[in-house]
Amino acid sequence: MNIELLTLTELAGLEGEEGNFTATLRQQPRYVDLDRCIGCGLCAEKCPKKVPDEYNAGLAKRKAIYVKFSQTVPLKYAIDRDACIYFKKGTCKACEKHCPTGAIKLDDEERLLTRQVGAVVLAAGFRPYDPRVLAAYGYGRHPAVVTGLEFERILSASGPFAGHLVRPADHAEPRRIAWLQCVGSRDTHPDSHTYCSGVCCMYAVKQAVIAKEHAGAGLETTIFFMDMRTYGKDFERYYDNARDRLGVRFVRSRVHSVDPLAGDGRQVQLTYVDEQGARRRESYDLVVLSIGLEAPPDFRDLVRRLGVDLDRHGFAAAGSFAPVATSRPGVYVCGALAGPKDIPYSVMEASAAAGAAASRLSEVRFTRVREKTFPPERDVTFEEPRIGVFVCRCGINIAGVVDVPEVAAYARTLPHVVHVEENLYSCSQDTQDRMSEIIREHGLNRVVVAACSPRTHEPLFQETLINAGLNKYLFEMANIRNQDSWVHAQTPELATGKAKDLVRMAVAKASLLQPLAETELPVTQSALVVGGGVAGMSAALTLARQGYPVHLVEREAELGGVARRLLATWQGEDVGEFVRRLAAEVTAEPNITVHLASTLSQVSGFVGNFVSRLETPAGPREVTHGVAIIASGAREYRPTEYLYGEHPAVVTQLELDELLKGNDPRLESVASLAFIQCVGSRDEEHPYCSKVCCTHTVKAALEVKRRRPEAQVIVLYRDMRTYGPREDLYLAAREQGVLFVRYSRDRKPEVTAMDGRLQVKFLDPILGLPVKLPVDLLCLAAAIESHRDQALAQMFRVPQDGDGWFLEAHQKLRPVDFATDGIFLCGLAHYPKPLEESIAQAQAAAARAATVLAKPSIRVSGLISRVAPELCCGCRMCVNVCPYQAISFDETQGVAVVNEALCKGCGACAATCPSEAVILLGFTPKQLMAQIKTALAA
Amino acid sequence: MDTAFEPRILAFVCNWCAYGAADLAGVSRLQYPANARLIRVMCSATVSPHHILRALQSGADGVLVGG
Repeated sequence: MNIELLTLTELAGLEGEEGNFTATLRQQPRYVDLDRCIGCGLCAEKCPKKVPDEYNAGLAKRKAIYVKFSQTVPLKYAIDRDACIYFKKGTCKACEKHCPTGAIKLDDEERLLTRQVGAVVLAAGFRPYDPRVLAAYGYGRHPAVVTGLEFERILSASGPFAGHLVRPADHAEPRRIAWLQCVGSRDTHPDSHTYCSGVCCMYAVKQAVIAKEHAGAGLETTIFFMDMRTYGKDFERYYDNARDRLGVRFVRSRVHSVDPLAGDGRQVQLTYVDEQGARRRESYDLVVLSIGLEAPPDFRDLVRRLGVDLDRHGFAAAGSFAPVATSRPGVYVCGALAGPKDIPYSVMEASAAAGAAASRLSEVRFTRVREKTFPPERDVTFEEPRIGVFVCRCGINIAGVVDVPEVAAYARTLPHVVHVEENLYSCSQDTQDRMSEIIREHGLNRVVVAACSPRTHEPLFQETLINAGLNKYLFEMANIRNQDSWVHAQTPELATGKAKDLVRMAVAKASLLQPLAETELPVTQSALVVGGGVAGMSAALTLARQGYPVHLVEREAELGGVARRLLATWQGEDVGEFVRRLAAEVTAEPNITVHLASTLSQVSGFVGNFVSRLETPAGPREVTHGVAIIASGAREYRPTEYLYGEHPAVVTQLELDELLKGNDPRLESVASLAFIQCVGSRDEEHPYCSKVCCTHTVKAALEVKRRRPEAQVIVLYRDMRTYGPREDLYLAAREQGVLFVRYSRDRKPEVTAMDGRLQVKFLDPILGLPVKLPVDLLCLAAAIESHRDQALAQMFRVPQDGDGWFLEAHQKLRPVDFATDGIFLCGLAHYPKPLEESIAQAQAAAARAATVLAKPSIRVSGLISRVAPELCCGCRMCVNVCPYQAISFDETQGVAVVNEALCKGCGACAATCPSEAVILLGFTPKQLMAQIKTALAA
Repeated sequence: MDTAFEPRILAFVCNWCAYGAADLAGVSRLQYPANARLIRVMCSATVSPHHILRALQSGADGVLVGG
């Protein structure tokens, strides 16, 4: 309700300054009235004009009146003016004739709107690279060549072939598929991009794995790549699994030509040079071009209007220390508009942009908020059940299979049912309003909706009940779409029978539903941040500047963490100076209490109401806080090979940074410097990529070359993972004469000391011969490893993965939340990452934490356990089985007590209780038994 | 007359995983026989032996607990 959604709208101009912008918006006509359209799809069914469907990458057709895809928000149709027959010839109007609600508005016009805003977030995304310009790949000429995006739609269950893996041109099932990496990326060709698109290695591996799932193990999949860049959390394991267990073949080569194969002309032949230098030819049924990401071309105009700087590749420029801020104060950026990135990173940056904007606008917080008002709740406790059943047609989604009128007629015969309606789309706004009226008009006190899934739609219908003055827990759904019409499409009679059973079960439960109360609990509007590194400090500042008191706990005697040892970011910014400035700002911030040389020893409580005990130099101290952010960092692995710790000229990356920062005299005599990558990464002990080391090495190599151009610098690597725009550094290093030599995990370099001087021996992959090289300094790209701080994890009851990284609630959709409410995560404690990503994550964690702190109280779900003390025998079995420590034992009364805020409503206690003294509200034994009995009563 | 045995199966499914999986099967249009009736619970831990026995007493030929 506090988000105004303006579709078909672009930002035409932005006047004013941070905190007081006037945005001019140009809204294109939709030709459909948003308030009247119910999304039934009749217009599209009747529309005679077909055009290529851009959502399905042109592989399917859509109509001139359309929704982009079936989950669009809002689910309202729009007319594509360029395709519509009426706008070309002045006649047709089929949509207008058939629209049941009169929603078509052919005289709709462009509108100019203005809005007063304090900040602007740009999230305009990217454009997929068009490989047509690269003639050698044959895209657009040969039907067996598709883009990665097209292949994504081919694999999709909602795609043009319903997930059936076929070649689009002739619908034949391919037996051999090849992926060509870096199409349009890492390419100095004038129509390509020099940067790495960062996501294509992972999406190609994923597509190969899913293709095998869809087509069976007989499908041959080959990925042609230069460096496999699986640098994200859990990505390396996915790659290992695809290669070693699932049989995806990986060939390190850049394919130079794709030609039609003689014969039926349906296959293509790839020609490439293998690692031994031999020319090879292979034929494939389908070739997928792993196209990269580029800045959207229309963005350049927008940016000119906004006065925001671009980087050399056309993406919005952002510095490492303010990663979501553009060059114009008050204008923020997130997602791929600021450079290629994947979903978790984009979602995280979205929160970061919100956090960065909010910390500048805290003074005006809540000044324009609209609040919902609800009618008072009607007390139905002593009424006989009066159940209303609404059976949804969901357009043809349900009604195309299930006989909806028959189900509705059956519902009328069920006990306590006093009213039955059929809805075309139960979820449309007008239907919601009508349902509210019907509830009032017929005095309904229980509602059953037979439609889709409660997992997606229960909250919506519950709000309808609230609007009608009913307690929201007097509601039950029968899932006759996802779990019926969609999965029994071939047996409509059985589907109708099942729908009746499901409605009968729902009615039986509904008649036993009771209104439930949602308890309000106060929120302590302050935060605890664990870890005083860059992530912890950034999170603390973002929250403090929004007005929330923060306790910042650091185990060392000084703020700064690992970043104090870093020389520069990959963009060349001075890290030391930044850390000093950040620490000074944190220390000076009145809302932040810094606890140095302190650790956390105990945490109790729950979201909004934590109590933690700190061990400080001045003795123990108790703090109360509503949220916690874990930013406890990670450490550099201490290598056990390559003479590290035995020979003084063998150093780690952080040690080399310290030498460079201190202008160490040892550097002046270095004539030959070698780097060895993946020391302790991508091996058995740490089966993950440490993400930052390749870029760090290239940056350090360039720095050494800058200071001593005559020095010989060699990098021994397994895959260079200078992802995204960092690729430009790799290119520059090669131009500066830095040598890059690849080694494999089974033939690692050997380091020996000869008369005190280091010698590195490695296999030259081109010569196929061993090479011995004396070096003066050897830098090991040591892994980043977690602190494996299990005590911290146990105190907060949050999980860690097998490598000791803290595990977020959802890797893609909730990247900085823990599954436990009120606890958030940022920085290296989550996974190795560069500084700018840690800072963005810190801002994101702070923004997510502020969603709790912004409210003075939280509501607890009504679906919680309740103990009937008179039945409780005090056996404490429920106390022991509760996975959330939500049940305690009251020694004086001799009974179990449920903490409503901690209870997640799993019901383990209810199933365990020998005397049914504990029940889960909303899923009581009576209600479940009623469902069981009625399920089989037909 | 077709007398082929058609089992009646009652399934208790956890809202967060198995119920979600059944929803996803729908979104993916996977087809399966219409013999099972699902009862949504907030966690499979809610299901006690009583529920399973009552299902079998009420005529279920099989009971599935998905969680």
